[in-house]
Amino acid sequence: MLQKGAAAPDFTLNATPEKTIHLKELRGKNVILAFYPADWSPVCSDQMALYNEMLPFFEKYNAILLGISVDGAWCHAAFASARQIHFDLLADFEPKGAVSRLYDVYEEKTGISQRALFVIDANGIIQWSYLSPVNENPGADGILEALENLKTN
Amino acid sequence: MPTLIPPVNALDHIIGVPNATIELVEYGDFQCPYCREAFFVVKQLLERFADRLRFVFRNFPLAESHEYATDAALAAEAAAKQNKFWEMHDAIYNRQSELNEALLLRLAADFDLDLRKFADDMESPKLLSRVEADFESGVRSGVNGTPTFYLGGKRYNGDYRVLSSFLDS
Repeated sequence: MLQKGAAAPDFTLNATPEKTIHLKELRGKNVILAFYPADWSPVCSDQMALYNEMLPFFEKYNAILLGISVDGAWCHAAFASARQIHFDLLADFEPKGAVSRLYDVYEEKTGISQRALFVIDANGIIQWSYLSPVNENPGADGILEALENLKTN
Repeated sequence: MPTLIPPVNALDHIIGVPNATIELVEYGDFQCPYCREAFFVVKQLLERFADRLRFVFRNFPLAESHEYATDAALAAEAAAKQNKFWEMHDAIYNRQSELNEALLLRLAADFDLDLRKFADDMESPKLLSRVEADFESGVRSGVNGTPTFYLGGKRYNGDYRVLSSFLDS
């Protein structure tokens, strides 16, 4: 996976069937990229459900959170609506896993993204990254710590 | 290994023996079905290790997933103001399937709480910030879902259903 100090590879992905997100246009903000294997995992232990509760905390650090999986935009839309997810879930769908590959967090064997976190600073540089075991929810303590370090630097 | 931040302190809701050798902390959500399951596990632990366990409950409401999670947390905190935290905590888990605002008020009445004070406390920004502070401390402690347990200040990553045999060993 890409490490601290690397420039975050640019991408444009669909957040919904109509809306795209272009990473470069988010310069000036800190960006948290949360790659995850799939929509629809059980709620109480679900990473995206946790991050959904965390948005006010991330905002305090001028940070925007983007979830990324290989699920399609319609799948994301149904998932986001069912779980009332209030941040963008990006579809790394066509060509499948292309952005996950750019960040070197694509699992070839199973065809899904690994569970990986990146904190990118306002200049587009990766300041923290973390690869979690695929069946382990990494929580948000590492993200908060990374954002805090950005603030003091 | 994630650790409990802050450590157990005077602000916490604590049950069990004061000179306990085992300190178990849970971050829980009152509307989470797994937390309900864990509630019965903890009940058994408190009986089984009655002479050496103390248990602490902190709020971790997943408010976006569970409609009444924050209200239930506030109700337990409001009950705490009248020294009935554990009664409310237990009752909400026992009757989780009926959980809504009306149930919380009925429980408050059942416990003979001063209902006006209870209602005022549930609306109080101070109590809400207490619940939010619990949540934030949970995030910093590495809570990644509910329930999450800490034993002696270290996150317990195993299955809560086997806590009893874990404590034996």
